[in-house]
Amino acid sequence: MTVATTVELDHRKRPPAGSGLPLEPEMHPLVQRPHTLVSVGEALGDVVFKPHPRGWWLGFLAGFALLQMLLVAIAWLFYMGVGIWGINVPVAWGFAIVNFVWWIGIGHAGTLISAILLLMHQKWRTSINRFSEAMTIFAVMCAGMFPLLHMGRPWFFYWLYPFPNVAGVYPQFRSPLTWDVFAVTTYFTVSLVFWYIGLIPDLASLRDSAPKRIQRIIYGILALGWRGSAIHWRRYEKVYLLLAGLSTPLVLSVHTVVSFDFAVSIVPLWHATIFPPFFVAGAIFSGFAMVVALAIPVRRWYHLEDFITDHHLDLCGKVMLATGMLVCYGYFSEVWMAWYGHSLYEWGTTIERLFGPYGWSYWCLIFCNLVVPQILWSRRARRSDFWLMVVSIFVLIGMWFERYVIVITLSREYIPAAWGRYAPTVWDYATMLGSLGLFLTLFFLFVRYLPMISMAEMRELLPKRQGGGGGHSIMENAP
Amino acid sequence: MNPAETPSGAGLTPAKLYGLLAEFETSEQMVEAARRAKEKGYTYLDCYSPYPVGEAADALGFPKSEMGTVMFLGGLTGAVSGFLMQYWANAYGYSLNIGSRPYFSWPSFVPVTFEMMVLTAALTGLFGLIAICGLPCYYHPLFHSERFARATRDRFFLCIEASDPRFDPVATREFLQSLQPLSVEEVPE
Repeated sequence: MTVATTVELDHRKRPPAGSGLPLEPEMHPLVQRPHTLVSVGEALGDVVFKPHPRGWWLGFLAGFALLQMLLVAIAWLFYMGVGIWGINVPVAWGFAIVNFVWWIGIGHAGTLISAILLLMHQKWRTSINRFSEAMTIFAVMCAGMFPLLHMGRPWFFYWLYPFPNVAGVYPQFRSPLTWDVFAVTTYFTVSLVFWYIGLIPDLASLRDSAPKRIQRIIYGILALGWRGSAIHWRRYEKVYLLLAGLSTPLVLSVHTVVSFDFAVSIVPLWHATIFPPFFVAGAIFSGFAMVVALAIPVRRWYHLEDFITDHHLDLCGKVMLATGMLVCYGYFSEVWMAWYGHSLYEWGTTIERLFGPYGWSYWCLIFCNLVVPQILWSRRARRSDFWLMVVSIFVLIGMWFERYVIVITLSREYIPAAWGRYAPTVWDYATMLGSLGLFLTLFFLFVRYLPMISMAEMRELLPKRQGGGGGHSIMENAP
Repeated sequence: MNPAETPSGAGLTPAKLYGLLAEFETSEQMVEAARRAKEKGYTYLDCYSPYPVGEAADALGFPKSEMGTVMFLGGLTGAVSGFLMQYWANAYGYSLNIGSRPYFSWPSFVPVTFEMMVLTAALTGLFGLIAICGLPCYYHPLFHSERFARATRDRFFLCIEASDPRFDPVATREFLQSLQPLSVEEVPE
């Protein structure tokens, strides 16, 4: 039996929309079928207890294989040093910083969905916030790995932090690289706190419905003895709301600080005030692409079409279109300012970037980020799994090239005597693909062991006559 | 005999009783029950639900959470100590002269100060929530109840605790039964 027919049968078993429990009109797009409190738990929580679909093994094993490649690459790097990478003097950062900025950008959509959309009363966030928060955490882990590996002596990473040491040496707080350390570690910690606090009620729910004793013990320990007390809920909601309020400026600050790594220098085309907003928009653009690229297969494998509906993907598509246009405005602004600013070096570097030895990567980026996403103007494409997936993958590649183009600018700047070339080695590629393996492995383990959609919030979102709270109303509930 | 099956208040003595647990089908019934119990003068009581019910906390007389103050103080501490740390490290402890730029250049201390503020506020939020709610709490009398497992799924509970000055095993049970719950159960200590 094919997957498609199983889905058909599954749907036929449930009462069809319109009979039995009618849907409230505003709920139509958010929860597709008349779910109840129990069926929400069965659809979302029991995913963890049931045997896994073939798709899960596919994703996990692919990720796990790539992870082995990462381990080999890192072992060789530790043995030989960063010389195994293609970095050289004009381009001293290479793939490490490209991958760092790319991964950290991917993480941003998770925080945007869980924090900014919460503050904006966007109830559709509920179906996708949990797994995009998980995506954030894993993406930031992948991102953080690259500066550490690039340090040459990664075992001294703690020198980046101010701690009382014998030599009396402290980090230089006037440097954007130190800001980066604080921004990324804070971002990781706060994302983890936000994610865990959101998980506590669901862990309690899993504890109470787990069939095996060992599962009850493990989920029980993680749930901290949560019992859904009204007073606890009120404190929980207040903390959750405040964390959303803190994460909103945090997520903007993180990519702003990442852009300062470039913008505070005086390299032509880097030294630009457009960089912070341009980087933030690009981060959200690629982050949403990753959310969509993960949501489409996962919802099919786990039959979660009731919760992650076409309407959700449609909205993600619109966010991608909007942020994509912001990013394209950034590309236009860079070229315009170089020309209009009458700076010889800015304009010269622009011409190099467009038509120089690495010009192909610029046009690759324009094709992936400017041309392909225009498909999203069509409502049909936004609601089609296939087209949305295609666009997302192009955007992910395009946003990678955007950072590549920025970094490769170093190969030709002020004086020809300082010009050089850069070519990645096989170890660069192995580390990059390996980091994707780390991400996929962690993500699929998360899907296996934790509820990927928040059950408590989904229950609250159900209409009142279906036993729910008639909408996720954290803003009103948490005075 | 299972205390849950005890027909009247003839079960456990108040000394061994944690409280009486009433189970409701909907959140409205639970909120109404909490309101009525509060009117009756009960003070040691709590509601339990699978998702947050704001009206329940209001009915219990818990209108405002203290978490805002806790997190504000946490964030303030982080911001101040973060700024002072940078000032001390770069202007006193290990002052680096780079292009004769001022040692105490406060604008460049803003990002780290902000990040420290967010970090400490979030951590005080997490640990404050856990501590103020009395978690982790792996032993709680309510977990004795088999039915209580549904509090994280689809049922709504009101528990009047035996430590309440107005608690009386018989009268309180009668009061709870008058609210038409699905069940009323004695929870042992």
